[in-house]
Amino acid sequence: MGAPKAMMAEPLIEPAAVRALGLDASRMTKTFGSLIALDDVSFTVEPGSFHALLGENGAGKSTLVKCIMGFYRAESGALRLNGEAVEIRNPRDARALGLGMVYQHFTLVPSLTGAENLVISRADAPAIIDWKKEKQRLADFLDRMPFRAPLDVPVASLAAGEKQKLEILKLLYLDQRLLILDEPTSVLTPNEADEILGLLRGMTDRKEISVVMITHKFREVTAFADHLTVLRRGRMVGGGRVEDMSTGDMARLMIGDTQITTRAQRTEQSTGATVLELVALMAKGEEDKDVLNCVNLKVRAGEIVGVAGVSGNGQSQLMEVLSGQRPLSDGRILIRNQPFEPTREAFFKLKIFGLPEEPLKNATVPRMSVAENMAFRSFDKPPNASFGWWLSAAPMRARARELIAAYRVKTQSPDTAIGDLSGGNVQRAVLARELSGDVDVLIVANPCFGLDFASVADIRSQIMEQRNRGAAVLLISEDLDEILELADRVAVMSEGAITYVAPIGETDRATIGMHMAGHA
Amino acid sequence: MEPSPWRGVLQRLRRDSEYIAIPVIALVISAVAFSLFLLAIGKAPLVFFELVHRGGFGSAFSIQNTLQRAAPLIFTALAVAIPARIGLVMIGGEGALVIGGFTSAAIAIPMLDRISPMPTLMIMALVGALTGGVWIGLAGFLRHARGVNETISSLLLTYIGIAVMNFFVEGALRDLTNPNKPSTKPLGDAYMVGKIPGTDVHWGFAAGILIAILLHILMTRTTFGFAARVTGGNPRAAMAQGLPVGKLIVICSMLAGACAGLAGFFEVAAIQGRANASIAAGYGFTGILVSFLARHNPIAIIVVAIMFGGIVASGGLVQRRMDLPDATVLVLQGMTFVILLVSETLYGRFAFFRIDEGRDRT
Repeated sequence: MGAPKAMMAEPLIEPAAVRALGLDASRMTKTFGSLIALDDVSFTVEPGSFHALLGENGAGKSTLVKCIMGFYRAESGALRLNGEAVEIRNPRDARALGLGMVYQHFTLVPSLTGAENLVISRADAPAIIDWKKEKQRLADFLDRMPFRAPLDVPVASLAAGEKQKLEILKLLYLDQRLLILDEPTSVLTPNEADEILGLLRGMTDRKEISVVMITHKFREVTAFADHLTVLRRGRMVGGGRVEDMSTGDMARLMIGDTQITTRAQRTEQSTGATVLELVALMAKGEEDKDVLNCVNLKVRAGEIVGVAGVSGNGQSQLMEVLSGQRPLSDGRILIRNQPFEPTREAFFKLKIFGLPEEPLKNATVPRMSVAENMAFRSFDKPPNASFGWWLSAAPMRARARELIAAYRVKTQSPDTAIGDLSGGNVQRAVLARELSGDVDVLIVANPCFGLDFASVADIRSQIMEQRNRGAAVLLISEDLDEILELADRVAVMSEGAITYVAPIGETDRATIGMHMAGHA
Repeated sequence: MEPSPWRGVLQRLRRDSEYIAIPVIALVISAVAFSLFLLAIGKAPLVFFELVHRGGFGSAFSIQNTLQRAAPLIFTALAVAIPARIGLVMIGGEGALVIGGFTSAAIAIPMLDRISPMPTLMIMALVGALTGGVWIGLAGFLRHARGVNETISSLLLTYIGIAVMNFFVEGALRDLTNPNKPSTKPLGDAYMVGKIPGTDVHWGFAAGILIAILLHILMTRTTFGFAARVTGGNPRAAMAQGLPVGKLIVICSMLAGACAGLAGFFEVAAIQGRANASIAAGYGFTGILVSFLARHNPIAIIVVAIMFGGIVASGGLVQRRMDLPDATVLVLQGMTFVILLVSETLYGRFAFFRIDEGRDRT
């Protein structure tokens, strides 16, 4: 390991000058149920370095950082700070040791001023605050800092960049000397991001602090970080000095360069007419921000179009819009050139089916039974319903038994609450419901997220089978491997728009990765 | 792997017994806490419970008195239970009761002695149910269309409802021949809802049971109820199924308001004979407690409403014999409600009720 050596070398540097902490996390393992989120990951941050933590979504970056910060406890593994073994049982321990974290979203109290936020964040904030004394202390503190943020106005009135600076100032004020930043620039404009990262880089160069930054933006890594570690599927797959690596190397490490192993059975067929067409879709999210920014895409019969992209670029919102969970602010969804509204009649008549991400949250009622959940599409049609309103449980249960057998859903009985099933079985139950009929359009989002290999293969071949039968399939996925395996064409989504479309044979990982990262 | 069909049923029974066990335990704890309260003010708890038993269920007379008071509780509890099925916490039953009772009394005024009693009562009931339905329907509509918290808006609508009634009863619609309490013109004996034959209990009790059963069937055996349960259990899933979430919310709210409006109608047409401040007797609020204790199950509501009807009915006896103020019963209700809400957090915490599904981690 590099760290102990670095520790030993430390006394050679001017001791008073090095305030930055070195961190050595070794052999960290953390599992959630059957999911191995961190698999024997070792990770070293030298004092005064600016360390980038790279990886796709679900690679384990956040889990690793949360284990370090005491939010989770790793099942095994050891932490050392400046060479000394430490135990971090909760976030308070981490804070006492000088570890601070900046989150993706702001944690300041919006109605208080910057000064108030700083003072109340102190663990030893007195019950009665002598503001005169505190203001003086703050002024002294700011004099030592390389950057400033307005302290006398409510945080709510600050720009995002200033808020982020204040978040960082807060950690420095609390005398935290190893800062962990979780995608700190996702809420900033490029200029604000450059300014703040530049300032932090300056502090690390002066050995005042060490920085660990979770990111997936290669540009920020090459411009500001000096070291990097790459995680993929819970494993440490590479790392080293930034200057020794190209962004191509990083992309390959992130998404893996293993060739596609077994494709689901794909029949060669000529694709049919355009079935699903998205025309200039616009939608708004929180604070009236455009989350979909003119999405244009066509899906033809008998093809799978995979939408790749870094998480949070509008994929979830696209899925919500298509399944009627979020209104469009502008644009049109066309099915076979006819305008489409997401109503029950339209879903039924046009044979549109969907498999949203996190099915327990988006596609089931956890406390209703498996049979009832499987009947969501058909409860108001014969034989489940007579006269259009009278419900019969018997045919519902009988159909559920067939589906449970056909899709190998493991459940005690059709009457078991679906919330009691494991993730893979919930996914299969929903799949059974959505794919058992005649499917014309299938819209799928992250269908295999968090599932084991067997379920993944199963579910992917089901999706492929629908394509082979002539359905138009839109597959939104954060797993590039999945898209490369299944899709006939790939589209990249970035900042709420489709920025790149190519047939799968005419593109490669690196090109897709570049477009995903938002610069190409 | 084909498990025997009985195993599932037995497991369900065992799991569902949690829904009875926890409220019963909460009731017992409430009784203990209330006993401590009585001891603290120097009264004997056993005497209290004995009097509740005697005053509520001790004799044919007291039982009939109890059932009489259970009738509005069934309706107002349904007014909480139906919205609860679709995920709303509506607590405005008192307001819908008052506005329904008042409008049914008001519509009757021009009809008295012109139209015969039966059609008059039918129209009164219809109007009461309709205005009550609009009242709570409004809270549901605001929730769906504008995101207004339905709990708060329905509660505030209660105060508006009471004020509207007072405005008319003390003004334009005041019966000037009655010098005591501001009231609407009395219906007169001929226009009152009668008693169930052989008892002293008015037909409202039977109507309450009938409607509770009908609503139970609606919510469990029809496509409407299925859609409502999907919406209540997970609105996002309901939207993804293209269910008309807004329509379902408004209809369920209107059904709830109609129930509370009917409670008001029976209070006017079977008990008071006129609309005045007496119909705002707190049945709407007690109904909230009844519904929560019955876990929003319409059939269970009938049983729990009778129990609380007994407590309400014994109030007078307790007051006289133990020299306790009328509010004592409210203390008991308040304690029960708080303890009940705490008990809601205990579901799923006891290993006995959990079924080991042999969860394969696949």
